Formats: sequence, C-alpha cells, structure tokens
Amino acid sequence: MNETYSAFAGFAQTWGLIYFMIMFGIVLAYVMWPKNRKKFDDAAQIPFRED
Amino acid sequence: MVVPSLAPCMDSNNWGAEMAQKKTGLVSLEEGGFAIFLVLLAFVCIIIAGKTFDQVMAFHAGLGALFAAVSVFMIFKNYFDDGGEPIPAEINGKPNYNIGPIKFGAVAAMFWGVAGFLVGLIIALQLAWPALNFDLPWTNFGRLRPLHTSAVIFAFGGNVLLATSMYVVQRTCRVRMPGKILPWFVILGYNAFIVIAGTGYLLGATQSKEYAEPEWYADLWLTVVWVLYLLLFLGTLWKRKEPHIYVANWFYLAFIVTIALLHVTNNLTIPVSIYSTKSYIVWAGVQDAMVQWWYGHNAVGFFLTAGFLAIMYYFIPKRAERPVYSYRLSIVHFWALIFIYIWAGPHHLHYTALPQWASTLGATFSIILWMPSWGGMINGLMTLSGAWDKLRTDPVLRMMVVSVAFYGMSTFEGPLMSLRSVNSLSHYTDWTIGHVHSGALGWVGYISFGALYCLIPWLWNKKSLYSLKLVNWHFWLSTLGIVLYITAMWVSGIMQGLMWRAYDNLGFLEYSFVETVEAMHPFYIIRALGGALFVLGSLIMAYNLWMTVRHGEAEEADTTPAGSLAPAE
Repeated sequence: MNETYSAFAGFAQTWGLIYFMIMFGIVLAYVMWPKNRKKFDDAAQIPFRED
Repeated sequence: MVVPSLAPCMDSNNWGAEMAQKKTGLVSLEEGGFAIFLVLLAFVCIIIAGKTFDQVMAFHAGLGALFAAVSVFMIFKNYFDDGGEPIPAEINGKPNYNIGPIKFGAVAAMFWGVAGFLVGLIIALQLAWPALNFDLPWTNFGRLRPLHTSAVIFAFGGNVLLATSMYVVQRTCRVRMPGKILPWFVILGYNAFIVIAGTGYLLGATQSKEYAEPEWYADLWLTVVWVLYLLLFLGTLWKRKEPHIYVANWFYLAFIVTIALLHVTNNLTIPVSIYSTKSYIVWAGVQDAMVQWWYGHNAVGFFLTAGFLAIMYYFIPKRAERPVYSYRLSIVHFWALIFIYIWAGPHHLHYTALPQWASTLGATFSIILWMPSWGGMINGLMTLSGAWDKLRTDPVLRMMVVSVAFYGMSTFEGPLMSLRSVNSLSHYTDWTIGHVHSGALGWVGYISFGALYCLIPWLWNKKSLYSLKLVNWHFWLSTLGIVLYITAMWVSGIMQGLMWRAYDNLGFLEYSFVETVEAMHPFYIIRALGGALFVLGSLIMAYNLWMTVRHGEAEEADTTPAGSLAPAE
C-alpha cells in the first residue's frame, strides 16, 4: 500500500509538475506570440461590434 | 377560400378550415420531439403519483405532470398562433436575437434573489432568536438553510447565469441562438427544477449533501435540462458569424461543461424505489466525502467563479465603454483557473479520515489559485484605467468594480483558510460563513446586480434605468450590510475557534459549548442587521427595475439603414 502511495506521489510530484509547466508554457507562448497580437487586440473589441 | 369568421367557430368543419388556413408548415421535429417527450413524462409522473406511498413524491410527481402538460399545451398554442412559420434568423441583415427566454431568466433571477435573501435573513434571525422557528418542521433551520443556499446560488445565481450567457453568446457571436422550443425548455426546465428542489427541502426530502441536496428525480431532471443547455450554447457557438470566440464565452462554456460533470458524478445515487424520494449514493465513507467536496468546491470554482467571471469580462467593458485591460491576460487567466481550481476540493476535509497527502494537495492548489484569481481581478479592475472618473457618476459600474474588489478579497482569504494550521482555527466556525458571504454577497451578488442593471434596459429597449439615485441607495445600503455581516462573522468566528481550543492549566476545556453560543449572540444580531440592509437594498433594486420596465423612456428606434454612416457634426 505504502509503495503504491509513494509511487503515485512520486509520479505526481515530478511528471504532474512538468505537465502543468508545459501547459502553462504553451498558453504563455500562444498569448505572447507577436503574430497573435493583432488577433487579440481585435478580439477585445468584439463586445462593441454588435448589431 | 374560407373567409375567416369573427364569430366563435363551433362546428368542427369551420374550425378545421380555419386551422388549415392559418398553418403553413407541419409541426417541426423540434416541436414534435419536445411534445412527445413531455407527454410521456406527464404519463410517467401520473403513474408514479398514483402508485407512490411517499407523500412528497406524490406531490412532486403531480407537479411534474402539471408542468409537462402545460408545456405541451404551450408548444401547440404557440404553433397555431404563429402558423408554424419559422422565425427568421435575421431581419434587414441584422441578427434577430432571441430575447424572450432571457427576459424570463432576468425576471426570475430578481424574484428568486429577493426570496433567497429574505430566507437568509429569517434564518439569521432564527440563530439570534431560536423561537422564530415556531417549532414547526417546515420552518426549522435545518430545512430553511438549504432553501436559502439553493435559492441564492442556484435560483438567483443560476438564472443570472442562464440569462446573461444566452445574451452574451448571441451578441458576441452575432447570431440568433438555435431552436424555437429549446431555449424556453432550458430556462423553464431549470426553474421547474428550482421549484421541485425548494419545495422538497421544506417537506423534508434531501440527500443531505451540501449544495447537492435535491433528491435523485430532481437531479435526473436537471441533468436533462443541463445537457440541452450545453447543446444550446454549443449550437450558438457553432453558428457564429464572429470568427473568434470571445473570452466570456470560454468562461461560460467551462462553467456549463464542468457543472455537468460535477453534478452527474456527485449524484450517482440509487433510489430505494422509483416511487420513493429516498436514494443512496454509490460511494461509501471518505470516498463519498471526497467526491462531495470535489463537487462542493468546484461549485464555487465553476458556478460562482467561472460563470460570473464571464459576466465580468462582458459587462464591465460594455458599461465602461472600454475593452478589457489585457485580452492576453484573460486567456492566461482562463486556462490557469480551470486547470487549478479542479484540484482544490480536499481542503474542505482537513483533519478527517481523508489521507493527509490529499488534504495537502488541496491546500497547495488553493495557494496556487492566488495567481489566476488576482490576475483576473487586476484585469477586471484595470479595465477602468483612464475611466476611473466613471465610478463617481455611474453607480452601476461602481457596483461591478466593488464586486471585483470583493472577488480579490475573498480569493485571498480562501487560500489562507485552506492551510491546515489556519483551518484548525477557522473550520466549523462562523469565520467560514463570513468568508462565503464576502464572496457571495460581495462578488457574486454585486456582479449580478450590475449585470441586471445593464441587462434590463437593454432587453426592454429602454434608454436608461428608472433611477440612478435608487441604484446609489441600493449600493450604499447593501455595502453597509455586507461590511456588518463579514466583520461580525470574523469576530464571532475567531472568538468561537479560540474558545473551543482554550484549556485551563489542568488540561480541561475552559468553556462549555453553550458558553461559546452565548458569547456569539451579539454578533448574530449584528449579522442579521447586515442581512436586513442587504434585503432592503434588493427590494429597492426590484422596484427600480420594475419601474424601468413599466415607465422607462423608450430607446429611439434605429432608423439609419444598416451600413450607412452617420453625418459628422
């Protein structure tokens, strides 16, 4: 039982951390990508573009 | 040709001819499908009502049969009234937004809000003066408390979320939401769930799971409604004319999807019999507790946070007439929030049979939540940068900005309380109640009030609210009420926690339980006073909105043809 626990905990503490950091990195790269800037500036105006 | 006669058509020939003349299309698949489903439902309800030995079940099944039958009648009445003509998706090149169900949701939200706040005030008074439960089973604290929490969270908050999400998703996708019956089914079906759940509590039918009290049949019904709500929302996104999905819709979508998942998992119960209100959950012991608080905390995270953040991201920019401070930050906010919130639940079970690693995990993720919460708060507040002067003149905007400030405050306090050392003092005390109410009254309440103050004039095509002065009164009365509420609960809760853990030098407990109750009495009175001010504010709001709808000045019709430019002054 204890071995299962430490195996799980070890997995979560290493790979879980790496997984979360990678996901966060992907999101940051997506939002900071210079080419996307115009798209996001444009999207921010959506509420004002209604009919 | 049959000449339509003004006299009531008594003979069947004439009636049939008139019908044939009026209707141009057949019953659509949607109308027919809903009608068949509701007819079957009515029959099942009648059979259950007839065979059950459980009085509450008989009442609810009867209610269900009635709702279903009336709905079938409404479907066909509507069909014959409009002759089965499809509703145009666009008029003069502009989207023909569907606002009927949104109007219903907005009115229902105001009604349930006032009712829910009032029940809250009653139970606050009961805690100060227990005789106020009148020794009746239906009015005791144990039954009224879930009535209060469900009325404010699911009835008030839920209708605000349903109404605003239908409004925002249509507007930001610039398309009419799909379906003729579907949107009405979602909003009316949801409110039918509220009625079944609320009357169930008063009559004693409960699963005894916090924020998941409704029994199995109400849960089953909500599942049907919720899945259709998801399809309605996705269908609107699917039809969108705007290529980008605005951030508010992401938050609404996360709210809808996650609530579906949470609701189904936490309500996997097996009824004792189909004729009984009673059911048992499939999990046992600590697993049940863990699933319950995974559900409970994510009800906070995805119902009371993600859904209302969607409101923040649409209504604050609209009201301030400025785009959100950083759209890029809003994307980081979204993904960080949904990835982290889902893990925080175990912090409700410190010092229980739950393994310590699980409770540590919950606390760790709660602390990490500081980042997205404050990122979002800063994003909401900074939207006002360069327009702070509007706070002085526009009490609606002020309400929404104070709401975001309360969001920041309660999301700072929450992670602090999730730490085991702090939790050992705060848990089971009034501190928790104070914390919940700074989030519920301050954040959820104020952002909802702000959204309704915006939405009602828009929906009824009015220039502005009936009275901004009354909004000001609402704002200051309820702010005073919230401050009285949370400060009283802080003092009372910390005092209660300290009294429980006080030992004398021989190692005996210093205070008996009843001594702590006695010491809290003055704070209970202050809390009830705060609640009374909050209720008073909501009544002023209801009056103001009513007068806006009835007597507000109509918005001038937009006479400029679409696409033409207005002449320069």
